Order: sequence, then structure tokens, then C-alpha cells
Amino acid sequence: MQNFPSLNTNSNTDTNLQSELSTLNLGPTHPATHGVFQNVLQMDGERIVSGVSTIGYIHRAFEKIAEHRPFYQITPLTDRLNYCSAPINNMGWHMTVEKLLKIQTPKRVDYLRVIIMELSRIADHIICNGVLGVDTGAFTGFLYMMEYREAIYEIYEEVCGSRLTTNVGRIGGFERNFNDIAFAKIKKFLVDFPKVLNEFESLFNRNRIFIDRTKGVAPVTAETALDYSWSGPILRATGVDYDVRAMNPYCSYEDFDFEVPVGTTGDVYDRFLVRNEEMKQSMRMIQQALDKIEKEDPTIFHADVPEFYLPPKEEVYNNMEALIYHFKIVMGEIETPVGEVYHSVEGTNGELGFYLVNDGGRSPYRLHFRRPSFINYSMYADMSRGMLLSDAIINMSSLNVIAGELDA
Amino acid sequence: MGELNNDILLENLTGKFGELVKPVVEDYGMLTVETNRDTIIDLLRYIKTDAALQFIYLTDITAIQYPEQENPIGVIYHVHSLVHNVRIRVKVFLPAGDERIPSATELWNGANWMERETYDFFGVNFEGHPNLVRILNVDDMTVFPMRKEYPLEDPNRVDKKDFYFGR
Repeated sequence: MQNFPSLNTNSNTDTNLQSELSTLNLGPTHPATHGVFQNVLQMDGERIVSGVSTIGYIHRAFEKIAEHRPFYQITPLTDRLNYCSAPINNMGWHMTVEKLLKIQTPKRVDYLRVIIMELSRIADHIICNGVLGVDTGAFTGFLYMMEYREAIYEIYEEVCGSRLTTNVGRIGGFERNFNDIAFAKIKKFLVDFPKVLNEFESLFNRNRIFIDRTKGVAPVTAETALDYSWSGPILRATGVDYDVRAMNPYCSYEDFDFEVPVGTTGDVYDRFLVRNEEMKQSMRMIQQALDKIEKEDPTIFHADVPEFYLPPKEEVYNNMEALIYHFKIVMGEIETPVGEVYHSVEGTNGELGFYLVNDGGRSPYRLHFRRPSFINYSMYADMSRGMLLSDAIINMSSLNVIAGELDA
Repeated sequence: MGELNNDILLENLTGKFGELVKPVVEDYGMLTVETNRDTIIDLLRYIKTDAALQFIYLTDITAIQYPEQENPIGVIYHVHSLVHNVRIRVKVFLPAGDERIPSATELWNGANWMERETYDFFGVNFEGHPNLVRILNVDDMTVFPMRKEYPLEDPNRVDKKDFYFGR
């Protein structure tokens, strides 16, 4: 296990003015924190002696609110956890409920979900790696990559009508089928984005300035990372190949051929490389999903679960069964099994878990989100000790802490 | 190293701890056991360090409250054996007004914030925790808001009561 240094502050006497410590408030609204959270740092010159992380500035009590809402109304809450990759949260929540209800989704639904989840993983990694470039002083890469996040958001728009907080999908599948424009945009993205990603990599991977700023900064051993319950790309950068998609496949990930990239040192540079490689693997998976969908019935986009899947409006007005189900779903009249279920998906920051306890009522008895940003970030104050302030900023940016997921 | 599944795991645990570990249910593929607060750290240490089990990864700590129960507050641990890819859920129920449980921070540093969050929302006192203070709520808050006695909305509101919906 790593011993993070604790600097000796006892030499701080009145006679020695050189060693006087200063307090620095990093955040809550500092542009370099990329989110609303604060670190109170004790600084010895440029070096951090100790730090205290203060979080909770945008805590919105989602777990409490979820206890008062029917299942289908909790999806918008999950949007606002990691808002850079909302579809993964949405799908994770739908799959949790489906696991509780023992709903088997058709293969085509699973493949469509893989497409939308991997797209959002790319969108999230674009932000993280692009911003890491910005924080090290290279704005260009960010600008080029950002264009493709926009392309992904346009795909979201075709699929569900919204861009950031998507509320995409329903229990059992999607609210509507992917249209031809969506597929055309996905295919165009798969052609265009790899070129830009290659350019981005050639701009950074062997760049002397970038390597000097990131290599050897905040290295973490695998043992320490596991001890702090890290997950996601930053855990894999330390050399642990734990990926929920590979280890506990959900949503038919077992049908896909992909690799889990790992690093060796767990420093900022390795995290950057792991994320870049993950984007390539995501594109491989999207391509495979598109090929697999060709063989499926193109009209299927949800499971046949009328008790939980809202019928189309025109049927509600013209078909008595649909009207009954519509009423029962909206009023929360459907019987649900009593039980507890833990389901986790590979979010962009790590294992995003949903612990759902159901008592058969209209809303969950208890819902707990295992939020990767919250757990990953708990090491930050410890690992910052002895670090230069500029390195601590880079480190924070490569942890990809999203304030919404941190605070829930 | 042999394979590990829920049956072998439960056999291991009951062999080691006997009556102190009660299997609750094995639902949706995850073994759930219940123990008491005197045993919990020994149990977690055993499953973490035993060479045949290797539950090295603490996934989550959270709590739940059943106000009508004799021991209303339940602390729930999710632990994952990355080697065998088996998960286990361990529950400890605590009496009202005496919500003490030893801290798991001596086993995992990751437990630090998870326990702070659980304290913050349910008022569970993790004894031996290095810094058990509120984490997401404001420091001068006096209640533990995830407990059921604190309603989300005005408790006098009746238009959302279950009996209007035939329950």
C-alpha cells in the first residue's frame, strides 16, 4: 500500500517566516475544478501540505425523492447524476428494474442500448480527455473533439428528443424505434470520429510538454486503488482489469468482442491513454452492434411487457386494454415483486450501482446509488499531499469527477 | 484455487461463525447474510483475507430503516471477490437509539466516505472512524434525513395517500 507523504509542519515557528503555511480555497467555483466542490488546501509555497475535500454543494436528495416516485419517474433523476453520460445512468436504472421484475429484453433492444451507452461513453471521455488537454495548456484538441460530442448529442436528439439530460428508454426497451436518420448519423460518426481521435492522439500521446505535465503525476498502485474502492478507467490505469461489462455482462455485452485496456502506473498519463483506447473499443462495439441489428426484426424496440411499458397514445384512445394499462401504469397500480436487487453497470467513471429495495408499493422502499465519482474522489485529499498545486489540478481533471454524481 | 459459489461461500461462513451468521435469502443471484455488530468486522476481515474467498473489493456501504422492526436501522455492506467474481451482501441490524457499529475503515480506506455518507443520512455511529462528520448535508443539520420519520413533503397532504389508489 502506498503511504501518501505527510509533510512535517512542526518547523513552522515564528522565527522561520519561510515555512509559514497559507490556506488556499480551491473551489467551490474555481474554473479548474470543473464542478461545484471545494478543497481547502494548506500550502507550503507551491506544495500541498494537507487538504480537506468539502462536497455536497449540489446535493439534491435523489435517494429521498426516489422513495416517493413510481419507477418510471426515477429515470429523470438518474439523468442528473453523471450528466455527461446520462444514457448510461438511464439504462442502468431500467436494467435494475427489469432485473427486479425479471423482464427479458429482446436482443435488438440490448444492441440498441449498447449503441447508445457506448456513444455516451465516448462523449464523456471526449470531455474528460479534452479538458485534460485544456488544463495542461492545449486548447486545440478540445475544440476538435468537442465537435464530435455535438455529433453524439444530435444522435441523442434523433433517438429521444433531448440532448443533455436524455431520459432515454423505458422499462422494457425504448419509447420509440431508432429512425433512419439516427442510424445514418451513427454510421457517419463511426467514419468521421476515428480520424479526429487519431489526430488528437498524435497531438498528445508523444507530445513532450504533455508527457512532462502528466507522466509520473499522481501515480497510484493497484493495491491502493482497490483499497479505496476505485473503479472505472482510473482503476484500469493502475493495471486492474476490472470492467463490469466484461466481468458481469449485462445487456448482452457477452455477445461483443472487445478488449479491456489497462495501464501500468496509474498516473495521469496512463488514465489518458486508457480513456483514448476505451473510445476505440466503444466504436468497435457500436460497429458490431450495428452489424448484429441487421439480423434482427427491425420493428422490435421494446419487450412485450404491457404492465410496465406505456402504450402508444393512439392506442390508448382506441383500444380498451391499452387504456387500462395506461391508467394502471400512470397511477402506480401494478403489482411489483417484493425483494432487493443490486445491479451495476460500467459507467464512464466506474461501477455505477443501483441498490433497490422494493416492498411492492408504488415507489422503491429504498434506493441507493453507488456513485463512482463519489467513491473515486475520496482519495483525492490524501493523494494530493506533497503534490504541487499544478499537478493536483491535472490529477483532479483526470479523475473526471462530475459534481452531479459526486453529490447525488 | 477452486471455484467459489454461493453455497460454498455460505458453508465457509457458517463453518467459521456458526450461529452468528444467518443466511437471509439468495435472491437475484446474490447471497445475503445477516450478522451482528460484534461479528461484522471479524466477518469482513475473514472474507477479505481468506485465501479461498478473497473478497478484496468493498463495493458499497449503505443503510436502510424499517421503523416498525425491533432493530430498525440496517447497515448493508456489498463486498465483491474480484478473483472469483462473486458478490455478497452483509446486513447488520441495530437497535433504535443505539446505532453503534465498528468502522470498516481499518480494512478498507474506501469505507471512509461511504460510512460518512451513511452517518450523514441515517445517523449510524461508526466507532473508530477517523473523521465521522457530515459529508453531503450542511454541518449544522440536526436530523438524519433519510430516516422514514422525516417526510419529503408536507405530512398533512392527503392527495397522494395510498388509499386513494386502492391500496
